[in-house]
Amino acid sequence: METIFRKTEGLTDALFHYCPGCTHGIIHRIVAETLEELDVLGKAIGVAPVGCGVLAYEYFNCDMYQAAHGRAPAVATGIKRVHPDNIVFTYQGDGDLASIGTAEIVHAAHRGEKITTIFVNNTIYGMTGGQMAPTTLIGQKATTAPYGREVAHAGYPLRIAEMLATIQGAAFVERVAVNTPANIRKAKNAIRKAFETQIKGEGFSIVEVLSTCSTNWGLTPIEALKWLEENMIPYYPLGNFRTPGR
Amino acid sequence: MAKVKGRVSFQEERCKGCELCTIFCPTKIIIIDKNRINAKGYHPATVKEMDKCIGCANCAMICPDIVITVEREMGK
Amino acid sequence: MAKILMKGNEAIAAAAIKGGCRYFFGYPITPQNEIPEYMARELQKVGGCFVQAESELAAINMVYGAAGSGARVMTSSSSPGIALKQEGISYIAGAELPCVIVNISRGGPGLGGIQPSQGDYFQNTRGGGHGDYRTLVYAPATLQESVDLVMEAFEVADYYRNPVIISGDGMIGQMMEPVEFKEIPKRELPPKDWATDGTKGKRKPNIINSLYLDPEQLEKHNWRLKEKYDRMVQNEVRYEMYNLEQAEIVIVAYGTTSRVVKNVISILSKEGIRVGLLRPITLWPYPEKAFDEIPETIKALLSVEMSTGQMIDDIKIAANGRWPVYFYGRSGGMVPTPDAIIEKVKEILRGQR
Repeated sequence: METIFRKTEGLTDALFHYCPGCTHGIIHRIVAETLEELDVLGKAIGVAPVGCGVLAYEYFNCDMYQAAHGRAPAVATGIKRVHPDNIVFTYQGDGDLASIGTAEIVHAAHRGEKITTIFVNNTIYGMTGGQMAPTTLIGQKATTAPYGREVAHAGYPLRIAEMLATIQGAAFVERVAVNTPANIRKAKNAIRKAFETQIKGEGFSIVEVLSTCSTNWGLTPIEALKWLEENMIPYYPLGNFRTPGR
Repeated sequence: MAKVKGRVSFQEERCKGCELCTIFCPTKIIIIDKNRINAKGYHPATVKEMDKCIGCANCAMICPDIVITVEREMGK
Repeated sequence: MAKILMKGNEAIAAAAIKGGCRYFFGYPITPQNEIPEYMARELQKVGGCFVQAESELAAINMVYGAAGSGARVMTSSSSPGIALKQEGISYIAGAELPCVIVNISRGGPGLGGIQPSQGDYFQNTRGGGHGDYRTLVYAPATLQESVDLVMEAFEVADYYRNPVIISGDGMIGQMMEPVEFKEIPKRELPPKDWATDGTKGKRKPNIINSLYLDPEQLEKHNWRLKEKYDRMVQNEVRYEMYNLEQAEIVIVAYGTTSRVVKNVISILSKEGIRVGLLRPITLWPYPEKAFDEIPETIKALLSVEMSTGQMIDDIKIAANGRWPVYFYGRSGGMVPTPDAIIEKVKEILRGQR
C-alpha cells in the first residue's frame, strides 16, 4: 500500500474553525498543497482577510499577515515590493474583496502586481451572520435582504472574474468551484497556474472559487453543494477568462 | 479489469460529521457512525467494509477538514 | 557637510532616504505633494521603491505590508488623507510595526482648505484610529529640525516597533531654509527576526497580526503595549524652554506658531515685558514635566495655536491648576500675527497685575 493522499505540509496541524461542511477547508487545502508541490512554501507569504477566512494565518504553514477588511491586496503589494522574489498571496472572501476591498483588488490588478489572489465567493457575509453581499444572487435571502435580493433595490450580483478580466495587468483570471471532487481537481489546477503566473513574473493572478455557506444558506452541507451547482454556476460561469500569452 | 485495492483511515477527532464524503464514495462504504460522538461533539464518518475501497480519494478530496488519509495498492 | 537650501517637503523626503527609508507609498494631496514626487524620483536610485497607491487607505496598508517585511518605510499625506490612514495606523500599532508617517497638515474640517493649520493636534496625538494605542509625534519648528527628526524617527520607530508621526504644517512643507544632513544618534536595534521574508523551511512562520479573539489575551497585549508607551513617556519627551528667566507669562506653542512667538518675545522684551516660550517638540508623549520647570515669576500660561484650541487641553492637564491658562488661536489656514499675540499678552498682564 502506498499513501496517495495525506495532509499537506502546507498546512499547520490546527483544526479549522469553519462550520461542518464549509468548503473553505477544501480551498485552504488545495492552496497549501499547491504551494508544497511548487516547492515555494519556504518563500510564501500569505495575507488573511477579515471575514470567515480571518484565521487563515493559523492554518497556512508559511509567513502570514492578517489585514484590515478589504485591504489584503494593498498589504500584499507592500510585501511583494520589498520581497519581489517571494511568493505572495491573498486569501479573501466576497465581502472583503467584492465589497469593501474593490478599490484595492482592482488596482492591484491594474498595476499588474505580481501576487496571487484566492477569492472565495459564497454569495454572503458568513462571519457576521449571513448579510447580503454584492455577490448575493437575485432572490436569495440574506439577513439584510430578508425578502430576497431585489434588483431594483440592490442591483445585480457582481461578477468579479469577468470584471477583473477587462484589466490588462490581470494576467491570469479563472473561476472554479469546489462542489465535486472533479471540480476540486480543476480548481487546484487553476490555482497552480495562478501561482505559476506569479513565479514567471507575468502579472496579477486571481482564482475565484465558488464556495458554500450551508450555515447562512440554511441548508445541510450536502444540499449546499447542490445549491451551488444549480444556482451559482449558471450566474457565475466556470472557466478561464485570462491566461498569459493568450 | 483487476480491482484496485485501497484503504482509507479517518482522523476522527478532526471530523465534523458533515457527510460530504459519504455522497462522493463510488462504492458507498462511508457512513456516519450515529453510535459514537467524537471530542468535538460530532458523529464521525467511518468505513464499514474496507475491502470494497478502491482508493479513489474522492472522500479525501471533498473532505473540508483533512480527516482522511488514502492508501492504494499500486501495480497489479 | 555644507548647508543647502531646500524646500520643506523635499528636505523631509531627502532626510527619510538618508535615514534608511527605501519604500514609500503615497497618494497625492496638497500641500505635501513634493514628498511623493521626490520619492518617485530618488528612491529607485538607491535600490528602493515608490508606489503611488490608489488611495490613502491602500497606501497605509502597503506600509503595513512593507513594514512587516522588515523594510524602513514611510508614507506622507495631509489632514483629510491622514484621516483615511487612521484605520491602517491602528493596525500597524496593534501589530507593532515600525514606520514613519508625515502629516503636512492643512485646514479642516471636511475638505477645509490647503493653508497651514494645527487643527490636527487631536488627530495626531489621540489618533483617529480605534483602540488602546499611541503614536510618537514629533513637531519640528524649522527645516533643520524636520530633517534631524525625520532621520531619527526611523531609528525610534524601529526601536519601539511603533509608528512615528511627523507633524508639520503647510508652512513647514512649503517654505525654504538651509539644512544640513548630519549624522544622527544610532540606537542599538535588535534584529527584525519577526519580519516576514519566507520561512525557507528553517523556522516557524512569522505572523503579522493584531487579532486577539480571547479578551484575556487582548488585554494582556494592550497592557504590554501600555508598558511600551510608558517607556516612551519616560525616555522620548522633547521640548525647548526659551527665555523663561524672570518671565511673567509662558506662551506654549509648537511648530510654525512657536516661530511667530519667538518674534513676539523679542519685540516685547524691547518694551520691558518678559515672556517665555515652552515649545513641545514631542506632542505625544507630551512634555508635562517641563511645566515643573516653570519659574515662580510666571503668572499665567498662554496657548497659541493655529486651531480653535486643541493643545490647550494638554496644557491644562500639565498645568494642573497651578496657573490660569489663556488661549489665542487662528484657524482655517490663518496664521497668528505677532501684533495680535502681543495684544493678547498685554491684555492678560492687565488682568494679572
